[in-house]
Amino acid sequence: MQVPILKQGPYLIATLQSALSDAELLDLRDALAERVGKSRSRGVIVDVTVLDVMDSFAARTLSAIANMLRLRGSDTVIVGIQPEVAMTMVELGLKLDGVTTALDLEEGLAYFKRGISG
Amino acid sequence: MPILNAESVDEIRVPIQRDIDIILARQKGRHLAAQLGFLGTEVTMIAAAISELSRNILNYAKEGELILKKVQKSAQVGLVIQAIDQGPGIADIEQALKDGFSTGHGLGLGLPGTRRLMDEFEIQSEVGKGTIVTVKKWVK
Repeated sequence: MQVPILKQGPYLIATLQSALSDAELLDLRDALAERVGKSRSRGVIVDVTVLDVMDSFAARTLSAIANMLRLRGSDTVIVGIQPEVAMTMVELGLKLDGVTTALDLEEGLAYFKRGISG
Repeated sequence: MPILNAESVDEIRVPIQRDIDIILARQKGRHLAAQLGFLGTEVTMIAAAISELSRNILNYAKEGELILKKVQKSAQVGLVIQAIDQGPGIADIEQALKDGFSTGHGLGLGLPGTRRLMDEFEIQSEVGKGTIVTVKKWVK
């Protein structure tokens, strides 16, 4: 299933609708790389609330998305990692190094607004 | 509702050939784990273990099979995940179980990470023949 990417002011919000296959996750990466350019977005929020598990591939791809978007001049925040998912990631040794995270969409937007006014 | 026989070996076999099979295996594993009485985080850990084991099959052996089943030891109930492939096998198992070691495309966290998520972990591998990883988790 394709991940809808919505434009909200200077930000893009990609909200995962279901568990994604590896190929779909890579499609999301490619779509975001293109959309930040088209929309001249300064911030991207990837909402993973719906994910019931984050394995090494998903974590690695989300890190890659954040790093790639940084090179495109956009900041990325991953929001909505659920408590059980976070606990499991810690056990697995997955850290999402260098990636900004926030509790939920609201906090993600607040992070960007702070950054722009401050 | 039928009562499961204590000796029953309800087995779910999931062929692992494409990336979407990982999602299917995870769903089936979650369902079985919840049925057996695992709670919240433990179900997620089982799902993550299934993901990592299936991914190892795809990365190293291209295809294989995942077997999910109930296991019972006296009053203890648990879940077994078995990942079976006829891939190249692992030459140095000790090395493969170290964090950060990877010959494929992973972070090298697949096997050591899976080991931390589960209660029991066993690996049999023969170079040129294949690999069987068996992991168990017991309902607390």
